[in-house]
Amino acid sequence: MDSIIIDQLTKKFGSFTAVDKVSLRIQKGEIFGLLGANGAGKTTLIKILTGLSGASSGKATVAGFDIHRHVEKVKMNIGYMSQKFSLYEDLTVRENIQLFGGIYGVSSDYIKTKTTLVLDQLGLQDSAKKLVKSLPLGWRQKLAFSVAIFHEPKIVFLDEPTSGVDPITRRQFWEMIYAAASQGITVLVTTHYMDEASYCDRIAIMNAGKMEALGSPGELKAAYQVDHIEDVFIHIVR
Amino acid sequence: MIQIEQISKSYNAHAALKQASFKVDRGELFGLIGPDGAGKTTLIRILMTLLLPDSGKAHIGQWDVVKDYRKIRQHVGYMPGNFSLYRDLTVEENLRFFASVFGTNIKTHYHLIKPIYEQIEPFKNRRAEKLSGGMKQKLALSCSLIHRPELLLLDEPTTGVDAVSRQEFWQMLGTMKEHGITVLVSTPYMEEADLCDRVALIQNGEILEVASPKNIVDHFSSHLYRIKGKERLGLINALRSLSLFTKVYPFGEYIHCTSDEAVEPVVISQQLGQLGMDEIVIEAALPGIEDRFIELMA
Repeated sequence: MDSIIIDQLTKKFGSFTAVDKVSLRIQKGEIFGLLGANGAGKTTLIKILTGLSGASSGKATVAGFDIHRHVEKVKMNIGYMSQKFSLYEDLTVRENIQLFGGIYGVSSDYIKTKTTLVLDQLGLQDSAKKLVKSLPLGWRQKLAFSVAIFHEPKIVFLDEPTSGVDPITRRQFWEMIYAAASQGITVLVTTHYMDEASYCDRIAIMNAGKMEALGSPGELKAAYQVDHIEDVFIHIVR
Repeated sequence: MIQIEQISKSYNAHAALKQASFKVDRGELFGLIGPDGAGKTTLIRILMTLLLPDSGKAHIGQWDVVKDYRKIRQHVGYMPGNFSLYRDLTVEENLRFFASVFGTNIKTHYHLIKPIYEQIEPFKNRRAEKLSGGMKQKLALSCSLIHRPELLLLDEPTTGVDAVSRQEFWQMLGTMKEHGITVLVSTPYMEEADLCDRVALIQNGEILEVASPKNIVDHFSSHLYRIKGKERLGLINALRSLSLFTKVYPFGEYIHCTSDEAVEPVVISQQLGQLGMDEIVIEAALPGIEDRFIELMA
């Protein structure tokens, strides 16, 4: 089953084409990496898929809903986490969870039960009343991910989720992503860090608004006869 | 060129640096590698005389970072982590301004920045804020070199920069050696270690290890295997349930497993087979900097 279907999607700003006839299908439970340099069109594409921006032409279905006609339904069924902004630093751990649960309109009973579960899973029971800004970066990242999937969305969008965190935390984070995917949540990771991409099931590389390559990290490396995804990327962009 | 002895620095209760010590030789391209919050910026700011250490000593050449701050500021080039140029000035105005601050002009040491500056010269009348990320980096590097420093301190110059610009930037750093300029560069990207002559690995304010990239990898003391299969999460849990490995962690497309004693891949595959896991690729693997970093962290 496909959880994201993109068909000839195009976005123009005046004479500039930011996303140029992109077509793509992403399966339910897949961990999909979207790569590209700054200005390649990743952010524009993600904004369209998350209902923050309209497409100029083309079609897309996200979590079963048409992005043109049912944009609010799309928003209810996705989660989002970015490296820069994910949590409110001046709220406590518990308050952040409750706030995001409330925004997504889940019941207060659900919030209560699930909050305990999330705090247990993260080992943050004793930190529930601490301000988020007092947590180490690695914990914040893990909490941000838990919050992004708190309402059990069908798809979660992650923007450079692990850049800058230490190697051990980073791997704990990827295990959380694997666990979410194995429960059927589709994961779309946008990044320009190539080694982050190598953790994904499949990746697409965008350049100047077009999708230039698509496949598993292993397939792409074999196709370009290189050892690292970074070299595939450099080959395409140059 | 740089001598750091037992430098400590705390912000209130948080210890940002804990008795950090290492040396950087003249002419070296030296990497300071660690995650966000490890203490990289604190250390660079102390070396640049922008921050005082609580204890310990540091010297740049014969100059003490506390007493001889004026000398250091004249002879060291510095590129901070956030974009440090004047956004409202053009490319050329920025360069001219930095030259004048150091009492020189663009011409005197132009040969030094020529290969870098030529790439942005077509845009010399463009305001700095209108430049792309890669071009901003090139301008910032040009400005930090304009007074021909003996030492260049670069705080995460490649963070947030795309792969192509990153590669170009490292090529530029490689050429500093020809001019006899020592470079200390910090980065959160482990894979950039290979581009340095030597590196210091830093985590939680502690220097974990200082060596050449090759020696760091050689210090990895366990046996390492890389394993690949369809159900990643299931495979990780299965591998952890075997009593063969000291550590099991995801590593890109693979799962890395470490053990104190050598393990035959066929033994791993048999034991996984008993758990109902097949079509698994198992190979002995060469460790990378990240494997060693993980080993040192634990």
